[in-house]
Amino acid sequence: MQRLRETFAKLETQGRKALITFITAGDPDLDATCDLVETLVEAGADIIELGVPFSDPLADGPTIQAASLRALERGTTLKKIIATVKKIRSRTEVPLVLMTYYNPLYHYGLKELVKDAVAAGVDGLIVPDLPLEESEELRRLAVDKLAVIPLAAPTTPDTRLAKIVAAGRGFLYYVTVTGITGTRTSLPKELSQSLDRVKKIAGELPLAAGFGISTPEQARTVGAHADAIIVGSALVEIIAQHGASAAGRQELGDKVKALRRALDAV
Amino acid sequence: MIVPNERGYFGDYGGRFVPETLIGALDELTKAFEFYRHDQAFQDELKEWLTNYCGRPTALYRAKRLALELGIKEIYLKREDLAHTGAHKINNTMGQALLARRMGKKRLIAETGAGQHGVATATAAALFGLECEIYMGEKDIERQAMNVYRMDLLGAKVIPVTSGSRTLKDATNEAIRDWVTNVGHTHYIIGSVVGPHPYPLIVRDLQRVIGIEAKAQILEQSGALPDYVFACVGGGSNAIGIFHPFLEDDLKMVGVEAAGSGLESGAHSAPLCVGEPGVLHGSLSYLLQTEDGQIKEAHSISAGLDYPGVGPEHSYLRDQGRVEYISVTDDQALAALRLLCRTEGIIPALESAHALAGVVAQAERLKEQCVLINLSGRGDKDVATLAALEDKGGK
Ligand SMILES: Cc1ncc(COP(=O)(O)O)c(C=O)c1O
Repeated sequence: MQRLRETFAKLETQGRKALITFITAGDPDLDATCDLVETLVEAGADIIELGVPFSDPLADGPTIQAASLRALERGTTLKKIIATVKKIRSRTEVPLVLMTYYNPLYHYGLKELVKDAVAAGVDGLIVPDLPLEESEELRRLAVDKLAVIPLAAPTTPDTRLAKIVAAGRGFLYYVTVTGITGTRTSLPKELSQSLDRVKKIAGELPLAAGFGISTPEQARTVGAHADAIIVGSALVEIIAQHGASAAGRQELGDKVKALRRALDAV
Repeated sequence: MIVPNERGYFGDYGGRFVPETLIGALDELTKAFEFYRHDQAFQDELKEWLTNYCGRPTALYRAKRLALELGIKEIYLKREDLAHTGAHKINNTMGQALLARRMGKKRLIAETGAGQHGVATATAAALFGLECEIYMGEKDIERQAMNVYRMDLLGAKVIPVTSGSRTLKDATNEAIRDWVTNVGHTHYIIGSVVGPHPYPLIVRDLQRVIGIEAKAQILEQSGALPDYVFACVGGGSNAIGIFHPFLEDDLKMVGVEAAGSGLESGAHSAPLCVGEPGVLHGSLSYLLQTEDGQIKEAHSISAGLDYPGVGPEHSYLRDQGRVEYISVTDDQALAALRLLCRTEGIIPALESAHALAGVVAQAERLKEQCVLINLSGRGDKDVATLAALEDKGGK
């Protein structure tokens, strides 16, 4: 959790925005995940989100659904992902957060999960099907050790947003579109205004915008109104095509570098 | 204890495990439901539709020949198969469609397994002039082809779902994704007492009509309450519908899950019998899942029961010991289906045949008892499945 705080603090003094990159852990396999994280970091990602594959990813579009399926077919489990994080930690201090549906956590046992995740070097959890009212126990167990990163949506009213922010740690994940994950050719017209409004309410909690962002152009536009942008499906598509081959890592690195440049031009 | 509480919990089960995007819509739905639940004009209108359009009250029929065959004192069938569209599902969709109309929603979506809920939703949409799209697993599209055609006739668009087990679970995922995307103008009619709060409460409220009618009818016909009430349990809506008005009474209730090829085979749909608590489709309830917390694929010959989860109130009633949950296999259900055809001239749905098979399995202890069975739907939709089994030289 400390790593997240330091990363945002450092970027702020540099006047830069954070680039958060998502890949599905175990796609194409967990060894590849270690290498792919290295590629992402070398190309300029500030924070890594590792997706925990789930059989029924109801907040995800076709790209991440397919990645989850590939990872599950390779026998990826939450336990193995936590072990992989430990390996990654021996190579880099980049903040790592797990994005996971609630059932794998619940079934693991929340207390055990927090203990194991912290010991492995996980910095935070993003749980798309765990809204404020249901996350109390996880937040209580995770307190000060593991950031339970909250989500807000275009449909979230301001009064509720304030409560979400107050309970949140790490950063605020603002879902840019009313919908599921996946690349989009255009983002909502009113997004900049929405982000400015959310930013005011978020206060000290860094604001990260995600869902639908895939091009440097979009990164620049959204980055101008947020502290961080999150890119997922666009990267997962590259892995879907090339796996973790040299060519795939090259293309992935190039993509991240392009996003990085766009974001640094904000 | 009054369940659910204001957060939608039935004891430890229920809640709202959905993306933040949907919370506003669920709050709006809760508010509308709480208002119209007590609004006389709304209730009068619903009653009018249920009476003159859906054919309620449905008959309560004393099945003497079946009772004789099984050596049971008295058997009563609550004939939900006689409701318009052929199953209890219409009770829910009429209520929710009226609610959607009051909330100004222009489009209805639903998931369906057996196709009965899809047909019932398409029917309400046609009646009220609403746009309608139904998600259905590819496997179910094959085995319930007649209902697919019915939905088409009624003007609904059936969207095939090709992911996962290509059944009800995956159709539900896809319906939720649609709702997250189109939440502004769309109402999602969930087909059973599952999903995030307030759905399990809304669907229960709309299905209680089954038990309320049955109670009055059996008192009138036999002069007493039954000793046992049996119902099949997929998501659990027909079961809650008939059980709920009897919960405070001195009688036993049995929910029958689908054991598919047998509980020990692993190919079944019996989360209350052998599952563990977990979160699927927005609520915490018993579930079929792996050691890693992945949802297992269910199996049942009956598309309407082929689901790895169950409504949270059933989990609560199970833990309380108020309702007993048992399971019967595909073969037991098929045999019970044929038995009812031959003894009573009624072709039940494969789902409902599970409730009958539960009674057959327990006939020994029911000898001196009066048994009420919820015959949740009719079997026309299943004749193709049955014919295919015969072709294969099956039972
Ligand atoms: C006739 C019939 N009975 C029962 C069910 C199972 O649903 P539930 O358990 O919600 O009643 C279905 C579902 O499709 C059905 O069509």
